[in-house]
Amino acid sequence: MTDLIVRFLVGGAIVSVFAMLGDVLRPKSFAGLFSAAPSVALATVTLTIHKEGKAYAAQEAASMLLAAVAFIVYAAAASYVLRRYRCSALFTTIVTMPVWIGISLGLWWVALGRL
Amino acid sequence: MVEFRISALKSTRPSEYFARFVFGGAATVLAGIIAKHYGAALGGLFLAFPAIFPCSATLVESHEKERKRRIGHDGTHRGRMAASLDAAGAALGAVGLVAFAALLWYLLPRYNAALVIAAATLAWAAVSVALWHLRRKRVFGLRVVQRTGAHAAKQLSNR
Repeated sequence: MTDLIVRFLVGGAIVSVFAMLGDVLRPKSFAGLFSAAPSVALATVTLTIHKEGKAYAAQEAASMLLAAVAFIVYAAAASYVLRRYRCSALFTTIVTMPVWIGISLGLWWVALGRL
Repeated sequence: MVEFRISALKSTRPSEYFARFVFGGAATVLAGIIAKHYGAALGGLFLAFPAIFPCSATLVESHEKERKRRIGHDGTHRGRMAASLDAAGAALGAVGLVAFAALLWYLLPRYNAALVIAAATLAWAAVSVALWHLRRKRVFGLRVVQRTGAHAAKQLSNR
């Protein structure tokens, strides 16, 4: 339980710092870079190395690579839908979320056993 | 070209800071729980979970809308255009995330962990900023302005 609380606090703090950086930077397209900052990864990898070791963390990073590819497609899709169909940002980012899930799991399924 | 405005922090409400903290914390916990129950391979996917992207895009939209409302305009379209630019930036940041993950994967078993994490974070920043500059120079960003056609898009991309 303590581990989960530490994860929550560290993750929340790192994500908040990157989000605040995104708030203070202009132009908006530059600030957007911080929406894809490795905040969750920084929090998780540090704790994982401490608890499980470097080899385990490297294995997680291999999967992260696949999910990051899915993130590129997801963010590009969200940007296109917002520009083309002009739906609200919350609706668009939630409706396009299956793109990230589908591509992540698809790539993971294809790469399974090769990483 | 890139500006740093501390005063922008005042436009974010305490509830919005709290929401981002909770989303970030929850995503980190989720990644840990999934890795524990299903192994590092599946849990690792959640290290690149878009935890704050929906939150950020929504905030960008509402702040832009609010700003226009204060001067008597609707601002709905403008807010969504701003969120679209934020999302385009996130796509470039995600390319940096690929570089971050690749470096961690390759270097972590071989070198000092703290150095590798620092190098991977720098790689994320370098790749993201370099791509943003290329897009800014219209190397592959021409379409954004052409398709929206909008004066609004040009103005937003400069802010």
